[in-house]
Amino acid sequence: MSTTMEKDPRLTETDRSFGGYVTSAGRRIASGDLGSLPVIVGLVVTWIIFTLLNDRFLSALNITNLMLQIAATGTIAVGVTFVLLLGEIDLSVGSVSGVTSAILAVLITRSGWGNGPAVVAAVVVGVLIGLIHGTLFTKARMPAFVVTLAGLIGWQGLQLYVLGQGGSINIPDGPVTALTDQFLVPAYGWGLAAICVLGFGAVQFTRRTARSRAGLPTGDVTLLILQIVGLAVVLGVTVLVLNADRGVPMVILVYLVIIVVCAFLLRRTSFGRHLFAVGGNIEAARRAGIRVDAVRIAAFTISSALAAVGGILAASRLTAVTQSSGGGDVLLYAIAAAVIGGTSLFGGRGSVWSALLGMIVIGSITNGLDLLSVSSAVRFMVIGLVLVVAVLLDSLSRRGQPQRR
Amino acid sequence: MDAPALQLRGASKRFGAVQALEGVDLDVRSGEVVALVGDNGAGKSTLIKGIAGVQPFDEGEISIAGAVARIMTPQQAAAYGIATVYQDLALCDNLDVVANLFLGHEPLKLRRLDETSMEKQAHTLLAELSVRIPSVRTKVASLSGGQRQSVAIARSLIGQPKVVLLDEPTAALGVAQTAQVLQLVSRLREQGLAVILISHNLADVFAVSDRIEVLRLGRNGGAFRTSEARNEDVVAAITGATQERFGQALAEAQAEHAGGGE
Ligand SMILES: Nc1ncnc2c1ncn2[C@@H]1O[C@H](COP(=O)(O)OP(=O)(O)OP(=O)(O)O)[C@@H](O)[C@H]1O
Ligand SMILES: [Mg+2]
Repeated sequence: MSTTMEKDPRLTETDRSFGGYVTSAGRRIASGDLGSLPVIVGLVVTWIIFTLLNDRFLSALNITNLMLQIAATGTIAVGVTFVLLLGEIDLSVGSVSGVTSAILAVLITRSGWGNGPAVVAAVVVGVLIGLIHGTLFTKARMPAFVVTLAGLIGWQGLQLYVLGQGGSINIPDGPVTALTDQFLVPAYGWGLAAICVLGFGAVQFTRRTARSRAGLPTGDVTLLILQIVGLAVVLGVTVLVLNADRGVPMVILVYLVIIVVCAFLLRRTSFGRHLFAVGGNIEAARRAGIRVDAVRIAAFTISSALAAVGGILAASRLTAVTQSSGGGDVLLYAIAAAVIGGTSLFGGRGSVWSALLGMIVIGSITNGLDLLSVSSAVRFMVIGLVLVVAVLLDSLSRRGQPQRR
Repeated sequence: MDAPALQLRGASKRFGAVQALEGVDLDVRSGEVVALVGDNGAGKSTLIKGIAGVQPFDEGEISIAGAVARIMTPQQAAAYGIATVYQDLALCDNLDVVANLFLGHEPLKLRRLDETSMEKQAHTLLAELSVRIPSVRTKVASLSGGQRQSVAIARSLIGQPKVVLLDEPTAALGVAQTAQVLQLVSRLREQGLAVILISHNLADVFAVSDRIEVLRLGRNGGAFRTSEARNEDVVAAITGATQERFGQALAEAQAEHAGGGE
């Protein structure tokens, strides 16, 4: 008995050096497995076009605005990703963000609650709503589409009811509004970027050491260093630009923490593994002893809870909650962001990072067209087109790949 | 003599109008391989799924090591040390080989998935079974039928089971891999596990089993000690041939076998 597997001579991707990585990446792209590449290319193209049309697009002020604009819906998109990974859909996230922010506003202004307790209460309501959706879906076996469609309508009704006569409540200055109008001082911004880069590097190197100690193959160290440098450059440039305006906004900090925590949950915990398994083959997951219903309820709960957080961030940006909070394009953009980033509606494939990428695409288009004073008629058509192109590229690139169910 | 590792009494299962199982009894002792044979639709897979908690029986009693066991879910079956390779494999195509092997039993380190130890164990296990796959990080979707079957078998061995249920584990395997699986079955017996093996290949059944249980139209259709059984008798029990029609049934079965069918 040997402890290592015999190498299959037909196997081409054996070279784990940097050069080997480049050639195998080239081969993957040539064979149509594009990964996030189309989105990134699309994003770069978008930015170039908007910069050419309006030189203010890449200004520090506008980039800061862009970030403030995407944080709320982006957070909702992260939550929706959990449900999409199941192969289900949550149509209620917009309404849930609206009703929870309305509750937040009422608690702060009419009941005299502090910002902290009100935020907690709003998120708890989001959790409860998610539990209701998840339970109706799993235990009552109602289609997720129907449950969350009912939620979309019903929770909006509750929002109008909670807001009452005036239909609009201003949020007084405080920690909630500070999320949008307070910024990290430049030094803290740099510190944050440094922590991210060092943290990423530390995690990668620890993993690498553990693997090599266990006698498992490790990738080329050059590649790893390039990744770390790449991250450092991206974060460094971002902080540099943001510091040229007012600094890193607090909302971005919140958004980033949510993404990192969710990415960790999906990739490094058994819950995340089980979520992917349920989305990939529910019967196999059940037979493997996974508590399928618990996983599905948890996904809907996370979706609604993050919708509540998104609602709070939106209330912070608007410094008010109105009847139209959480309505209009919030739901559409949240789902579109996840899908543009590459999350499959059939379940089992996707990530929160792609939801971030998709959100930046949508945010850039919206922001760029606003700068050009283009009507929302054009904006909707452009985003619709981008959605189609993104999914088309994705499904075309998947043609050459094995598809088994 | 001590109690069987797994004992089944009066197992019944009905799907609408189909009575798939009717009062089936079955015993497997530790260190024993029982081959479960029967025609297509005889109820073999239904029996396996009942024991594995995937499709609990309508009636019947399961005892594990002499104590009555209540198995209504796959988790409960796993808790009793029952591991299963399903005929339809039940793998997650969107996950890689390592993730599939440990699905539902992932080792954790500081509450995080311990990928390193999973990958290392995966290498060892697959090497033992002589499984050839491009990489343990390949998505299962891109494996061949036989490779998938090998992964499913490897998966059943994770977590030290006491009873292993194999539903046609060699159906899609090549010559070398089939030999490996049969060897593995013998090894499981030596390690004192109780094994139920379903196969349509009587040569394999005779090669590896201690006893043969025949299932016919959802009922017990005959039981043999492998060492004393004759091929013809087993075939007769499977097909339900009477003494007069026996020769004909045998000839048909042999013709079918020679024709490449399982
Ligand atoms: N989920 C189900 N719903 C309805 N009928 C079923 C179901 N599962 C099995 N059956 C029926 O039960 C009977 C036994 O099926 P089973 O799969 O146990 O046969 P088997 O002995 O495993 O056959 P094979 O050798 O073809 O695998 C068949 O008549 C089948 O149609
Ligand atoms: Mg079967």
